[in-house]
Amino acid sequence: MSGQGDRSLRGAAAIVGVADAASPTGVLDLWGRALEAEMVRQALDDAGLTLADVDGVCHTTSSMAFAEYLGIHPSYTDSTMTGGSSFEVHAEHAAAAIAAGLCEVVVCVYAATPRGDRNRPTAANFRGGAGADQMMAWEAPYGMRMPMGPYALAASRHMATYGTTSEQLAQIAVSTRQWAAMNPSARYRDPLTIDDVLASPLETSPLHKLDCCLVTDGAGAFVMTSADRARDLAQPPVYLLGASTCHDHLMISQMPDLTVTPGARSGPAAFRMAGVKPDDVDVLEAYDSFTITALLHLEDLGFCEKGEGGPFVMDGKLGPGGALPTNTNGGGLSYTHPGMYGMFLIVEAVRQLRGTCGERQVPGAEVAVAHGSGMVLSCMATLVLGTEATR
Amino acid sequence: MSDPTPDPSPRIQPPVTEGAEGFWEATRARRYVLQWCLDCEAPVSYPRVVCPGCLGARLEYRPASGRGTVYAVTVEHRPQNPAMRSLAPYAVALVDLEEGVRVLSNVVDCAPDDVTVGLAVAVTWEPLDDGRNLPLFRPAP
Repeated sequence: MSGQGDRSLRGAAAIVGVADAASPTGVLDLWGRALEAEMVRQALDDAGLTLADVDGVCHTTSSMAFAEYLGIHPSYTDSTMTGGSSFEVHAEHAAAAIAAGLCEVVVCVYAATPRGDRNRPTAANFRGGAGADQMMAWEAPYGMRMPMGPYALAASRHMATYGTTSEQLAQIAVSTRQWAAMNPSARYRDPLTIDDVLASPLETSPLHKLDCCLVTDGAGAFVMTSADRARDLAQPPVYLLGASTCHDHLMISQMPDLTVTPGARSGPAAFRMAGVKPDDVDVLEAYDSFTITALLHLEDLGFCEKGEGGPFVMDGKLGPGGALPTNTNGGGLSYTHPGMYGMFLIVEAVRQLRGTCGERQVPGAEVAVAHGSGMVLSCMATLVLGTEATR
Repeated sequence: MSDPTPDPSPRIQPPVTEGAEGFWEATRARRYVLQWCLDCEAPVSYPRVVCPGCLGARLEYRPASGRGTVYAVTVEHRPQNPAMRSLAPYAVALVDLEEGVRVLSNVVDCAPDDVTVGLAVAVTWEPLDDGRNLPLFRPAP
């Protein structure tokens, strides 16, 4: 709980370069270290920096192996692995490290190619996991499909407690698809209806196939430096105004309340650090591994009351032209989902705050939230990002 | 004449993790037990070598009722484990036990779609390959 009222990180660091890679085919040609290196190069180019400027690295598997491979000798290293929220945690840590003078330029990278690897027998797919023996002892024998099963259980509990319906969950997929229609890199861009979602196979009840995120290749990177240095670089700075992380379980059977995620702590703490309220948020990028995941974020971040997420989304307010533009790149549901989607939340939030999103640009976006979710609703990491005007 | 070699379990066979020996030993006699912290006087689940409440190591197994209610449920139509596909669809549920802990399991002996949140359930057993038994649940009589 300590530090949640501390504003010392506010505006101390900024994201100055980003890159990502995805394809409408769902497959990328590059993979592994080559894809990572390409993302790093593009993000550094975007920032107007070079590899020689980098003195901090973040990587979910091993920051040491990554840095050695690229010849980086970092003074700051972070191999934090919290699943899909890893990159939000990396950003939070990197901002602290920069504010503390531990380093000046941190690069964070992610690449995974599960679809391409199907035809690439030598590629070792990354498989996030910890506490594997307990999982094998207490959950795996019961044949719960991963990762859908735990989210289906959360949806079951939310429906039983609050009367949330499959139609309400489907509306989230529908609104997200409307954004994807405006993203040329999105995997799926055709219009979607609530009936389409409900007619898709019931894989792991109550979740239908179209309640679930994609499996695609994808990659991304961002570069962060000090606010002072950011002003002299190639792009308008996107400042980190607030950040907070919380996890309260790893296995779903250890989650205290399946209708309340740890985002109920990380979200308000990040807003406090930033000095903003949910009403001030122009763009929300909130990890949509499943429709229920996005719904829980809306409640836990305070955009609506607990239990009201279903009715809240039904007017289409998450979609283009809506009151709360959410997952404006098409999200994990329709844009891309290589396994740990948190990177793409940050990249899209930065582009929205730069005003470079073209057809899908949210006019006048000055405050964005990137809210990452890792493992099975286990670790939430919230970033509040802003422009020069809102710093 | 009984068959001396029963079919192998289609399930992933659970490893005996540190601290859980007493739990699995009791399943050989189809007894459902829970670990308790003697300092907190509270149940500990899953079994551990220290209490997650107080970090104390004074833990013991006590008989448990094996009764509870369904907290959340999902029906698996397409299991990942190929060996379990012949069992699908089946219900995977979180069960809140009377003693105040929650466990994941299957609810069997009824249509999977009849398993709803709030359903009262009681433990039943399925053989594992090494003489242990896996606790499952069925609608309470």
